[in-house]
Amino acid sequence: MVKVLHINASECTGCHQCEMACSYHHEGAFNPSKSRIKVFKFDETNRNVPYVCTQCADAWCLQACPVDAISVNAATGAKEVTAEVCVGCKVCTIACPFGTINYNSITAKVDKCDLCGGDPDCVKVCPTPALSFIEAESAGMDKMRHWAEKTDAGNQASAD
Amino acid sequence: MSWTQKVLRVNLTNGTCQSEPLNMEWAKKYLGSRGLATKYYTEECDPKVDPLSADNKLIFATGPLTGTAAPTSGRWTVITKGALTNAIACSNSGGFFGAELKNAGWDMVIFEGKSASPVYLDITNDQAELKDASAMWGKSVWDTEDMLRAARGDNDIRCASIGQAGENGNLYAAIVNDKDRAAGRSGVGTVMGSKNLKAVACRGTQGIQVSDPMKFMQATGACNQILADNPVTGEGLPTYGTQVLMNVINETGALPTRNGTEVQFEGAADIGGEAMTTPRESDGKANLVSNAACFGCPISCQRRSQMDPNHFSVAGEPKYHGVEGGLEYENAWSLGAATGVNDLEALTYCNYICNEYGMDPITLGTTIGAAMEMFQIGAITTENTGGIQLEFGNAEALCKICDMTGLGEGFGKEIGLGSKRLCEKYGHPELSMSVKGQEFPAYDPRGIQGMGLTYATSNRGACHLRSYTVASEVLGIPEKTDPLTPDGKAGLVKAFQDATAAFDAAGICIFTSFALTLDDVAPMIDGDLEGDWSSETLMEVGERIWNLERKFNMDAGFTAADDTLPQRLLKDAAKTGPAEGKVSELGKMLPEYYELRGWTPDGVPSNETLSRLDL
Repeated sequence: MVKVLHINASECTGCHQCEMACSYHHEGAFNPSKSRIKVFKFDETNRNVPYVCTQCADAWCLQACPVDAISVNAATGAKEVTAEVCVGCKVCTIACPFGTINYNSITAKVDKCDLCGGDPDCVKVCPTPALSFIEAESAGMDKMRHWAEKTDAGNQASAD
Repeated sequence: MSWTQKVLRVNLTNGTCQSEPLNMEWAKKYLGSRGLATKYYTEECDPKVDPLSADNKLIFATGPLTGTAAPTSGRWTVITKGALTNAIACSNSGGFFGAELKNAGWDMVIFEGKSASPVYLDITNDQAELKDASAMWGKSVWDTEDMLRAARGDNDIRCASIGQAGENGNLYAAIVNDKDRAAGRSGVGTVMGSKNLKAVACRGTQGIQVSDPMKFMQATGACNQILADNPVTGEGLPTYGTQVLMNVINETGALPTRNGTEVQFEGAADIGGEAMTTPRESDGKANLVSNAACFGCPISCQRRSQMDPNHFSVAGEPKYHGVEGGLEYENAWSLGAATGVNDLEALTYCNYICNEYGMDPITLGTTIGAAMEMFQIGAITTENTGGIQLEFGNAEALCKICDMTGLGEGFGKEIGLGSKRLCEKYGHPELSMSVKGQEFPAYDPRGIQGMGLTYATSNRGACHLRSYTVASEVLGIPEKTDPLTPDGKAGLVKAFQDATAAFDAAGICIFTSFALTLDDVAPMIDGDLEGDWSSETLMEVGERIWNLERKFNMDAGFTAADDTLPQRLLKDAAKTGPAEGKVSELGKMLPEYYELRGWTPDGVPSNETLSRLDL
């Protein structure tokens, strides 16, 4: 079963602990600017929204890479960058429709989420249900349950 | 370790920015933030310095845990001599600015001198330079942040700035970062304004490392779990914010009301945390939209509020119709109970004004409360106020006066003096609810005895954040004590003062101390820094900081006579509630406190004490 990093943005408080966990795992330092997951704050609508690679099944970045530096981790489904192969051409950053693969000027390679090898640290430190790591095929179940409950309540009300 | 070991020294007179090494010997003795910056400040400034002169300095400081994965690591501190108090000023803020500063590679920024014209400090990692801020002068905190982002073309910068209040000489101007987080008290923003320093804009991408990652991560994980499991930090604060206290403290009979003439407010339920979550009659929406977090904080006690757009204070003014920083307990109390106003929307508006213009809401609300009392007894008339009926409970008058104070207009200029100077000016010094020139906050010492000693001995003037004995006396943390007795409070206050100084110096939020003890914090610092750090070491650091601040104040001219309370608290008994008939029994607690501190009967740290603490 493939698991995915699932985002429930309405639960995000904007604490940026996920960015610190990510940067620590990958860079050995607490450095939100080098995190693969990013939390965006929208003042106008009072929302904090975490955003990260969703590990496309047919990944644009992987398709675009001219040196085959991006491969699929068979165990996790993550699209991973092999740093030794990456030439830093940045074509993947153009190909990705979501902007979730980015160039690191210090290493001269690209960085993206690799699901920490199958146990993402961002999820472990998130103090709310904003981030979870769940079965891809049931990612919508919580929302379905939520709306199903409302549907049921409506019938209940009209029956009364 | 997390120290970048770099201090940025900014000479505003010469326009220079220079890097110098952090004094690591001092860092071992004073830990960081409040402690280390106070050491730097007291080494470099004459205690008699005029706070608003070019000779005063202003320090922005991070702690060792600032910007790390430690819970609540967004804290940073401003150290200077307070414009309101003439005492050591230490004002601490959350938000994101402090972590950004550390990520830019600076442990501390020391501002000295005075610029000839308005400037802002622009920091991008190692690069720091002063730039012209003429276009921002006269603008609010909110507009200044927007202008800085536009000037940099970078939405990710973090800013700390002053609003109009910091420019126009208001004596309790705040330094506000991230639009609604503030180093609020004692007039640190006034000092910043006196130097023609409008703002600091910062972008940091260098990252922070710790000495022993495994130990550090284990300790932070354990602390996060304790915070999540604790009913105050895991549930009460996220749900209601600090406003969880309004009804609790009112029922305790310790909610200073109408300038401290009473200890319970009949309108408390209208302005507390529960009221913020209740749909309004006017538009069916609740004032509270959500909570939010500062950097690295799993508690998330920030309030995000949205006002009724048709409320008289904001009707026709769309800039106040969005979601902004909402009421905290202190602000709801000072702007509300202290003025007798129970209009939640009006208080929310006044709170916005404090963020926008950059003012301390505690001193603002309590000064208006004092002015209202003088208006009631005829010491101030409509001739003074420009026609405003400044009566207790008048929400329209409150909103108008807050506007005028932020802009320094009309009678607002006088409210901007703070209650001590205002009450002296109108012949009623006894009506200022202040200690060392700073107004006491939302806990009446007649109903919570420990807070009387807390206020009287606080080094930065009356304050709840130096030793929050409410935790013990009301909430039972770490153990319940009787709020109505002075017995044992000297020891309690000393222990809270020293521990709080250690939390502040570490660079984490004092709200963690509802759940964490120094035994929990010490392993994080031990994993972060070199050397051995235990809770005992941290308590010693806290005591050292307290005595250093005290010594500075004594050298500045304060004496034991300043360790007192407004006469009202010592002589006029509480009229209602559990504390009915009680006054503050400060006289019983103070001598015991001096003795426990190792100070002379005159409140001076003895040579033995100074030597024991290596001061």
